Amino acid sequence: MHDPVQSIETNNAATDGAAADQPIVRIRGLRKSYSSLDVLKGIDLDVRRGEKVSIIGPSGSGKTTLLRCINRIEKPSGGHVYVDGQLIGEKLVGDRYIDMEDRELARLRAGMGMVFQRFNLFPHLTALQNITIGPMKVLRMPATEAEAAALALLEKVGLANKRDAYPEMLSGGQQQRVAIARALAMRPKVMLFDEATSALDPELVGEVLSVMKQLASEGMTMIIVTHEMKFSEEISDRVIFMDHGAVVEQGSPGEIFRTPSHLRTQTFLRAVLGRQAYQ
Amino acid sequence: MTAADWPAWITHLPHFLDALLSGAVITVIVTVGGFVGSVVLGILFGAFSTSQSLLLRTIAHIYVEIFRGLPLLTVLFIIFFGLATIGIRLDPISAAITGFSINGGAYLSEVFRAGIQSIHKGQSEAALSIGMTRMVAFRYIILPQSIRVVLPPLANFAIGLLKDTSLASAVAAPEMMFNAGRLVSETFFATEIYLLVAALYLCMSLPLSLATRLLERRMARAHAQ
Repeated sequence: MHDPVQSIETNNAATDGAAADQPIVRIRGLRKSYSSLDVLKGIDLDVRRGEKVSIIGPSGSGKTTLLRCINRIEKPSGGHVYVDGQLIGEKLVGDRYIDMEDRELARLRAGMGMVFQRFNLFPHLTALQNITIGPMKVLRMPATEAEAAALALLEKVGLANKRDAYPEMLSGGQQQRVAIARALAMRPKVMLFDEATSALDPELVGEVLSVMKQLASEGMTMIIVTHEMKFSEEISDRVIFMDHGAVVEQGSPGEIFRTPSHLRTQTFLRAVLGRQAYQ
Repeated sequence: MTAADWPAWITHLPHFLDALLSGAVITVIVTVGGFVGSVVLGILFGAFSTSQSLLLRTIAHIYVEIFRGLPLLTVLFIIFFGLATIGIRLDPISAAITGFSINGGAYLSEVFRAGIQSIHKGQSEAALSIGMTRMVAFRYIILPQSIRVVLPPLANFAIGLLKDTSLASAVAAPEMMFNAGRLVSETFFATEIYLLVAALYLCMSLPLSLATRLLERRMARAHAQ
């Protein structure tokens, strides 16, 4: 029973192959509903290699759900997601899509880093162990190698001196930076940020944003759900405005923030930025 | 005062202690064996009952409902006498450990289920997001955190189990109560012997109880931070 499935997967990989000009993330007709509530109503989205895409919109617009459906932490109700040409969470058998095995899905998830609003560091592990556990238990990297890589990442996020600290001893900003390092340790092809600074005290937002900026400058592909409009304008190649489970409009930060064409976008930005931004 | 003036049971004391302490060794063996077995089954079925699979959840549910609803003594008799009639003959100590494990496992699987469910959903999401399978996430992220949560009820369970092992006397496992019964029927010093047994049980349960209290205090402090 497993053999035909296996060969089809290999075929997919061959035909979908990772050509350089191909979008690294391809989303087609993505839908998600909870009983009668449609949270995502058919999203199509392509993200190029190295592109920084911000997703903005009112709460309940489905932006977080969209992000969570990309790495299938949330199972979509319909539609498909491809990362690097590879179908995520499903396999095409004949003309039917069937769910992938946990093990295969896990392997694909390893290629997508995710940063959560509430950090979700592992409280029983030190900062260093939070970063090494993925490489060691998923990639089967030897401990010494994983630790060396983790220390380099802690250095990068400015927390080398906190290697042995447990999460509860760290500030929110420090926890989020460790969480970014934890995701980076898996050498992801794309990073997903789910309102990474929303749970932070205002004075701690900057340190996390600056780590994200650095990451952007290094060419990482980033999909960023955010309420930080200024940051989004500064960092993004493209801004997507979502409302009621659909993409209302998208364009360059200049287009979206200066000359939004849809009324809903204008209303939202006015509410978020305050009137003076449009004087 | 000469030896003749001493109460008669004092002269028997070395003999009593000898028999009771060898019984206490068996009590400890059955307790430790039953505890380890209960924890293993408790983790296994606790994990089943929180699994995504309806089949595993159903299996866990049936196991818990059956063994939570049966008296321990009934389970012990079925394992010792019942299995013997179909050719599976366990020695009394193995039968007792098996019985306590199965019974305790049903109880502890509920404790572990609650412990597992108390871990925030974000933890397993974070584990999945770095490429862990559900199994690996359970082993390295969820289980270690759940065990911390269930340590106090686990310690209480251990104390209860220590006392419950006296039931193993019913299947002739030579633990403390069984040996005490034998001594009483030999010498008729029932009061003295059972008081001695009580003292010996307390010698084992009080340190356990003290350790539990220390543990709970430490956990409370950890939470307060």
